[in-house]
Amino acid sequence: MFSKPEKTGVFIKRVFAEMVSVGIGSLPIVIIVSIFQGAVTTIQTAYQLITPLIPKPTIGTVVSDSTILELAPTITSLVLAGKIGSHIASEIGTMRINEEIDALEVMGINTSSFLGLPKIIAGMFMVPVLVIISIFLSELGGIVAGQLSGVLTADQFIQGARMTFKLFTLQFSLIKAFTYGFIITSVSSFHGYYTQGGALEVGESSTKAVVYSSVLILLSDYLLAELLL
Amino acid sequence: MIELKNISKSFQGKEVLKNISAVFEQGKINLVIGASGHGKSVLMRSMVGLIKVDNGDILYDNRVLDFENYDELKEIRRDIGMLFQSSALFNSASVEENVEFPLKMFTKMSKEERLDRVNFCLKSVNLENANKKFPAELSGGMKKRVGIARAIALDIKYLFCDEPNSGLDPITSRVIDELILEITNNFKITTIINTHDMKTVLDIGDNIIFIYKGEKWWDGTKQQIKNPDNKELNDFINASFVL
Ligand SMILES: Nc1ncnc2c1ncn2[C@@H]1O[C@H](COP(=O)(O)OP(=O)(O)O)[C@@H](O)[C@H]1O
Ligand SMILES: [Mg+2]
Repeated sequence: MFSKPEKTGVFIKRVFAEMVSVGIGSLPIVIIVSIFQGAVTTIQTAYQLITPLIPKPTIGTVVSDSTILELAPTITSLVLAGKIGSHIASEIGTMRINEEIDALEVMGINTSSFLGLPKIIAGMFMVPVLVIISIFLSELGGIVAGQLSGVLTADQFIQGARMTFKLFTLQFSLIKAFTYGFIITSVSSFHGYYTQGGALEVGESSTKAVVYSSVLILLSDYLLAELLL
Repeated sequence: MIELKNISKSFQGKEVLKNISAVFEQGKINLVIGASGHGKSVLMRSMVGLIKVDNGDILYDNRVLDFENYDELKEIRRDIGMLFQSSALFNSASVEENVEFPLKMFTKMSKEERLDRVNFCLKSVNLENANKKFPAELSGGMKKRVGIARAIALDIKYLFCDEPNSGLDPITSRVIDELILEITNNFKITTIINTHDMKTVLDIGDNIIFIYKGEKWWDGTKQQIKNPDNKELNDFINASFVL
């Protein structure tokens, strides 16, 4: 009666659940950070470039390029490292100290892949999605801030943004996001999984997950720039 | 039947299990007794493959538990149910989902068949009408019962219980003991219980081994333990009774 596993169905459901958790759960913070980031970058760039020799659309170019290439993927991912990373590490860490992982293991389940894999897949898929949203909202924040402060018009901003836009920049940004998604979810799953002790140690794992993810994000940011640019 | 042959285990140079050999019989309640910290949990966790022993063999009806061979280990684990000291329920899942989980993972049952089985298991532990509750809403005794129901969801051959009565009042402890006895008899399984509860020993124990400082210090039956010929065991038993 109890022969073949129904695992694939269960697995796909778990991946979807994690996607919702990672994606929808992080949306509010990504929205807030992105809009302000675009707005602030625009105003500060304008402040630094305020000379009649430089045409207004250049501000749009600078803001747009730095948003796509660096700010949206990296800043968003650092924020996500804090949000998703601590969540994953404390979730898995709590399961560890409650002996839930042992219970799964005794049932004959390969716990590291059962718990980690859906989160990693969800992260590699959803972080790029969140970064695309972030790029879009940052540009929007920049346009609105430029308009409101009278620094440059929406048309000038968009004109500047288009001037140097290359598809590769966007691709590069998504490669970063994909890498960061993997880093955040795998590092945090690891630290949660190897938690030992009690509630205090779960907190420590959670902190470690955020710190190590952030450092690895910055390191890989540098490496990817070296390799691909 | 489960057989242990010369099991040893050290942690950071400290020997926690010393050359333990034992036999746990099918259809019987096999008790492992001893004071806290003497190695009962490490022994049980070794037996289910959560801890890798340094030396010795563990045999499940002549199948060797091989730590290196994960597929075989999984095969043996399909026949194992375990009740953890902390109950180890999945906190993010309801009672029903907890018991359903092994069925979902390892059977091809339809949703209705699974629910039938879940309700059967919950009925076996006298826990009806709690399907939709979450672990945080349950008392310690109820958690243990859900833990037992989950452990027997699949047709198991071996049931492990690590201190099933810890944290429970004496009356609830007896209820849990009775349940484990009933399940053992009904399903003819090999049951192993870690305990330091002498009431459990005298109520439901068939075979008993006494662990002292990581060694098997004594083994015998319920009749034999009433007149122990062993100082440490005698001290352990005497410490349990106030009257
Ligand atoms: N993972 C571990 N690492 C190091 N020491 C351990 C570990 N698990 C248990 N021990 C030690 O092994 C001894 C026996 O513990 P345990 O089996 O939990 O005792 P009990 O009989 O109360 O269940 C204790 O001294 C404990 O500190
Ligand atoms: Mg113990």
